[in-house]
Amino acid sequence: MTRPASAQGGQTERARRGPPPPPPKQGFDWRAAALPSAIGATSIAVVFGALAWIVTSADQWPRIKAQFFSLEAMVAAFPRVLQGFWVNIQVWLTVLACILAWALVLAVVRSLRAPWCAPFRLMVVIYIDIFRGVPVLLLVLLFGFGIPALNLPGLPNSGLFWGGVAMVLSYAAYVAEIYRSGIDAVHEGQRAAAKSLGLSEWQTLRHAILPQALRNVVPALMNIVVALQKDVALLSVIGVRDAVREAQIYTASTFNYSSLIVAAGLFLLATIPMARLADYLTRRDRMRRLQMAA
Amino acid sequence: MTPRIEIDTVTKYFGTKLVLDRVSLSVARHEVLCLIGASGSGKSTLLRCVNRLIAQDYGTIRLDGVPIDDPVFGKTGLQQRAGIVFQAYNLFPHMTVLDNITLAPRRVHGLPRPEAEARGHEMLARFGMADFARAYPEQLSGGQQQRVAIARALMTRPDVLLLDEITAALDPELVGEVLAIIRGLKDEGMTMMIVTHEMGFAREVADRVAFLSEGAILEQDTPERLFGSPQEPRTQAFLRRIIASGRL
Ligand SMILES: Nc1ncnc2c1ncn2[C@@H]1O[C@H](COP(=O)(O)OP(=O)(O)OP(=O)(O)O)[C@@H](O)[C@H]1O
Ligand SMILES: [Mg+2]
Repeated sequence: MTRPASAQGGQTERARRGPPPPPPKQGFDWRAAALPSAIGATSIAVVFGALAWIVTSADQWPRIKAQFFSLEAMVAAFPRVLQGFWVNIQVWLTVLACILAWALVLAVVRSLRAPWCAPFRLMVVIYIDIFRGVPVLLLVLLFGFGIPALNLPGLPNSGLFWGGVAMVLSYAAYVAEIYRSGIDAVHEGQRAAAKSLGLSEWQTLRHAILPQALRNVVPALMNIVVALQKDVALLSVIGVRDAVREAQIYTASTFNYSSLIVAAGLFLLATIPMARLADYLTRRDRMRRLQMAA
Repeated sequence: MTPRIEIDTVTKYFGTKLVLDRVSLSVARHEVLCLIGASGSGKSTLLRCVNRLIAQDYGTIRLDGVPIDDPVFGKTGLQQRAGIVFQAYNLFPHMTVLDNITLAPRRVHGLPRPEAEARGHEMLARFGMADFARAYPEQLSGGQQQRVAIARALMTRPDVLLLDEITAALDPELVGEVLAIIRGLKDEGMTMMIVTHEMGFAREVADRVAFLSEGAILEQDTPERLFGSPQEPRTQAFLRRIIASGRL
C-alpha cells in the first residue's frame, strides 16, 4: 500500500492543506515547435519553388505571362472589373435573400401534414423536380432573353431582373430540400410535445420545429451561399455587366486575358473566407451534435 | 358519478398490427391509475389516445362524460384539460425553461406574457426550479428537465395528468425528486394515469393498477391485490420477471 498508514490522518491533512495549486500554464515552447515548423516551411518552399521554376523556365512562359498575367493589363482593367464585381455582390445578396425566403415557403408547404394541403404539397414536389432538373444556365437564358422579349405590360423588362428570377426559382428548389432535411431531422417527440400542448400545426412548425431545423441546416446553407456567389456570373451571358462581362469586354478589345484573372482573383477573395466560415460552422455543428449524443 | 376518464372498448391498429384490443378502463376523479405491462404492450399508445395525439380506430374515450372528439372541446380544450409528460422530457431545446412552460398559455390560450410568466415563476418555484427560469434545457440535469416538463404540462391547470414512464430515462439518484412531485400532485387530488416500471412506486401511489398485455387489459385491481395475488398467469409471469430483476 502506498497510501499513508492512517487513512483518516491522511484525509485531515489533505483538508488542512487544501488542494495543490493549479499547474503552471504551459508556455509556447519555441524549441519544441521550431523543428517541425522549419521542416514544413522548407519543404513547402522547395516544392513550390521547383514548380515555379519548371513553369517559368518553360519556352512558352513569356507568352503565357504576357497573355494572362500582364500587370499593365490588369491595372488597366481593374477599375471596370471591380465595378462589375460590385454588381455581382449586389445581385448575389438580393437573390440570396429571395431564395432563402421563397425556399422556406416551399419547404413549409411541403411539410404540412393536414390532408387538405395535399394539392399544394404535390405542386411543390413537381416544382422542385422541374427546377432541379433543368440547368440554371438554361433557365437564365430562357428568362433573361425570353421574357423581356415578350414586352409584358406592367412587368419589368430588364434581363437582369428576369435572370435573377431564374436563379431564385432554380436555387430555391435546392434550398427547399435542404430546409426539408432539417425539418425531418427534428425529433418526432418535439412534434408530439407541441401537439400535446394544443399548438396548431402551423404554430408547431413556427415555434417548435423551424427554429431547430434552421439551426440544423446552417452549414449546408453556407455551401449554397458560396456556390451562388460564383453562379451569379452566369448572368453575364444575358448581358448583365458583372465582373466576368466587364473582363470579357476588356479581353475582346485587347486580346489579353489578364482581366479575366483579375475577375478570378476577386471571386477568390470573396469565396475563400466564406468557405472557411462554412467549414468552421460545420465543425461547430458536429461538435454540438456529438455533445448532445453524449 | 361520471368517471373523469372513461375508455370504452378502444381499439387501435398500426397498419395491420393490433396495438390496443378493446381496452375499457375508467378513472374516477382524484384517482391514480397505474398502467403496467411489458414493452410493446401498448401503454404509451393508450395514453396518447387519451389526449388525442393519435386517434383510436374504434371505441370512445370520454372526459367527464363527453367524448374527447366532441366539438365542445374546440381545437385546444382537450389539451388544456389533459396534460401529458413523456419519458424523454421533449422540452424545446431552443427555448429557455420559462419560454418552454409559457409557450402554450401564451400562444394557445391567449394569456398575456406578464401573466403567463407570473404563473410560470410560481410553477417553477413550486418544483424547486425557481433559479432556472432563464436556463436552457441542455444546462439542466435529467431530473430537472423532467420537473420542467411536468411544470409545462400543469401550466394550463389540467384536470388530468398522463405520465408516460417519466423516470425511465433518469439516473437512479434523480428518480426520487421526480417521484416526490407526483406524490405531491396525488395529495392535491390530481387525477392521473401513470405508466411506470417503478413497481414500488406504483404500489405506493396507485389507487388501482391495470396490467396490459398485447394491447388488452388482462386484469386491474388495487395494488395490494394485483401485486400480492395476481389472478392471470401472464400477470404472474410478468411480476416474477420484475421481481427477478429486482424492481419490486
Ligand atoms: N407510430 C407507430 N407506428 C407503428 N407502430 C407503432 C407506432 N407506435 C407504436 N407502435 C407499435 O405499437 C406497439 C405498442 O407500442 P407502445 O409504445 O404503446 O408500447 P409500450 O407499452 O409503451 O412499450 P414501452 O414500454 O417500450 O414504452 C409496439 O409494438 C410498437 O412497435
Ligand atoms: Mg411506451
